[in-house]
Amino acid sequence: MESKPIYQFHKGDRLEITSVQVEGVMRRRLLDLGFVRGAVIDVVQKSPLGDPIAFRVFNTSIALRREESSLIHAVKMEEDSEVKVQ
Amino acid sequence: MSHRVALAGNPNTGKSTLFNLLTGLRQHTGNWPGKTVVRAEGELRTDNHTFQIIDLPGTYSLYSNSADEEVARDYIIFEKPDITLVVVDATSLERNLNLALQVLEMTKNVIVCVNLIDEARRKGITVDKKELSRRLGVPVVLLSAREKIGVIQLMKTMDQMVDGKISTDPYLIPYEEEVEKKIEEMEPRIKEIFGDSMPSRWLALRLLDGDKNLLQALKTYIRDPQSVEIKHEPAQGGCCHGA
Amino acid sequence: MEHSAEKKIEQLDHLFQEGSDDLRDHIVSSIYQSTQGLTKEAVQYSPKKASWLDTNLDQILTSRMFGFPIMLAMLAVVIYLTIAGANYPGIVIAEAFARVEDGLTAVFQWVHAPDWLYGILVEGLYRGTSWVVSVMLPPMAIFFPMFALLENFGYLPRVAFNLDRFFKKSGAHGKQSLTMAMGFGCNAAAIMSTRIVESPRERMLAILTNNFVPCNGRWPLIIVLAGLFMAAGFSGGMNTFISAGVVVGIVLFGVVMTLFVSWALSKTLLRGVPSHYTLELPPYRKPKFWNTIVRATLDKSWFVLKRAVIIAAPASLITWILANIMVGDLSVLEHIAAFLDPFAHAIGLDGFILMAFILGFPANEIVLPILLMGYLATGSMIEVENLHDLKQIFLDHGWTWLTALNMMLFSLLHYPCGTTMLNIWKETKSPKWTFTAFALPTAIAIVVTFIIAQTVIALGLV
Repeated sequence: MESKPIYQFHKGDRLEITSVQVEGVMRRRLLDLGFVRGAVIDVVQKSPLGDPIAFRVFNTSIALRREESSLIHAVKMEEDSEVKVQ
Repeated sequence: MSHRVALAGNPNTGKSTLFNLLTGLRQHTGNWPGKTVVRAEGELRTDNHTFQIIDLPGTYSLYSNSADEEVARDYIIFEKPDITLVVVDATSLERNLNLALQVLEMTKNVIVCVNLIDEARRKGITVDKKELSRRLGVPVVLLSAREKIGVIQLMKTMDQMVDGKISTDPYLIPYEEEVEKKIEEMEPRIKEIFGDSMPSRWLALRLLDGDKNLLQALKTYIRDPQSVEIKHEPAQGGCCHGA
Repeated sequence: MEHSAEKKIEQLDHLFQEGSDDLRDHIVSSIYQSTQGLTKEAVQYSPKKASWLDTNLDQILTSRMFGFPIMLAMLAVVIYLTIAGANYPGIVIAEAFARVEDGLTAVFQWVHAPDWLYGILVEGLYRGTSWVVSVMLPPMAIFFPMFALLENFGYLPRVAFNLDRFFKKSGAHGKQSLTMAMGFGCNAAAIMSTRIVESPRERMLAILTNNFVPCNGRWPLIIVLAGLFMAAGFSGGMNTFISAGVVVGIVLFGVVMTLFVSWALSKTLLRGVPSHYTLELPPYRKPKFWNTIVRATLDKSWFVLKRAVIIAAPASLITWILANIMVGDLSVLEHIAAFLDPFAHAIGLDGFILMAFILGFPANEIVLPILLMGYLATGSMIEVENLHDLKQIFLDHGWTWLTALNMMLFSLLHYPCGTTMLNIWKETKSPKWTFTAFALPTAIAIVVTFIIAQTVIALGLV
């Protein structure tokens, strides 16, 4: 599976994070929120103007602007793959 | 004598609701010294004790990424509250325990308050209190501050903790071998500097991680242990707090 | 002792390492591995029961199609209910105050109190205070509980989510919309709430633009004038409806101005790019209905009353005195108004209105009462039992819809009140920025009202 920035996926997709390329304090913040490699997140909602996008990570909705979400890469998980219950 | 209790937790976990419930109208607010962060504290009287409850800013972690996180960390490390209550959201335990585990690295006297337990039940989430408590090595209380459930149990546990009737054995996060080895090397040298006044394992990890902010705070503490003690600033002007 | 401290610091420095992203990643993922292990053993999930509200509400409230219309509708409904509901209790309170005043008058007559004492205490102090309370309290007692319900329900972060793009475009922080929401209640409190914006540059933007959101003290003025002049041709329910529409328009104009000024500042004085941020969208929670309503009402009522007594009372006193000290044929108040008149007319107002804004600096609540006191040569505030009388007074002083519109806009845009200025000073500790917070909105208020007045007059619309 090809890995893409997470903002390029569609609402309802379930993703597995492959890399976080944000740096500095924001990287730490994102890690603390659960945007870590291997974490499973859902694309839950796009705002009316398309940006920001809300992602569900560890059962919490976090909205990210394009600036950040373009630096987090993930692959889409297959529908039938074993999903981690959150 | 009143015992100091710090209230830590992620944002949006109902921490303020719990704070309001515990302290009622006996609370006042001000600023943390030198920081534009609101400090709220209040008083709680249980059957046997009087507690001074300090509401720390809501944070996701304690790694000095922001003024909020520094304030919360400094209070726990330098002020050494008698009890630290970590409020966690039952509907999002995985992430919330993140903060709880960080606190457990810093102090032994912790009670984990699993809040929003009613909401979790509605969502089909069941928390095994005994198991969680056994694994974390500290008391766990299930509560819903909104519905005023579990508060009596919490106060009882607080009383027992200051009475010394509870012994804790906090969960320690295992790191990879290489990191553990470095921690092991550093711990005795940290003890040389601080004696037993600081959690050496946690400190070793923070120094490895390059936490400059904490390093500064530690130096100030070494020069004058009193200076970092957080004094209360008078309330800032302005209206309708909590509006 | 000194020596050993320095040695310890040296040891500490020796132990300190630079750290790395890899190590940090490892630390954080170790914690997550731990928490996952812990929750696996201690928590059971039966994911069947996700509530309809949680899964679907955001799909509607932040959807491409309904997100903005719903937001606008909520604002309109809140304002409509406030206007519609505030009318009656306002009259009741005013009548109660009038009855007490009759009693006070009787007492003063009975003890043969001198006229000046009666004037100062009853016509100045008591009437001024009761004016503020009876005009302010009802709309606030309706507006704030409704607002608190939306807040407790979890709607505000969604507003921030919906509007974020606009704020980003204007170089501002996404959480600025949250501080604006706070401003609807009280700008002074909102200045404190800008602390949630961590980057200093964006926090300054939030501080400098906050007063473009009408607060508690300005709502009544805007609402009253909208009802009297903007919806004049309509009666009953339609009148309320049109007034609400105009008030919504004024609020939206304030929002547009906020974005525009933020954008302009981002290009000039506060140059920079938006900093990184994350916004949590907490789950919707059914608010504790009565609890929220009672708490919001009591808190706000208490606040309004306190403010009325602390600020409005002395201000009405001073106004009464100014209106009753005669220099030549005119009172001091009238002299000031006459002095301000030429400038005021250029921006579509008059000398009394401008003077009311100046004297109303301590609190926006008292602008309208001071204006009325100036208009009435008797030098004391009238009792507001009848809005029709109020309009007649305005018309007698040459008001048109333009006067009303520009007064609303001036109120919306002008300098923050005294309390807010004080908080801006405390939060920024900078004379330069505190002054900017005063001068910038004032300049904008003058320019906007000037352009409107000159255009309308040139086109011969009034």
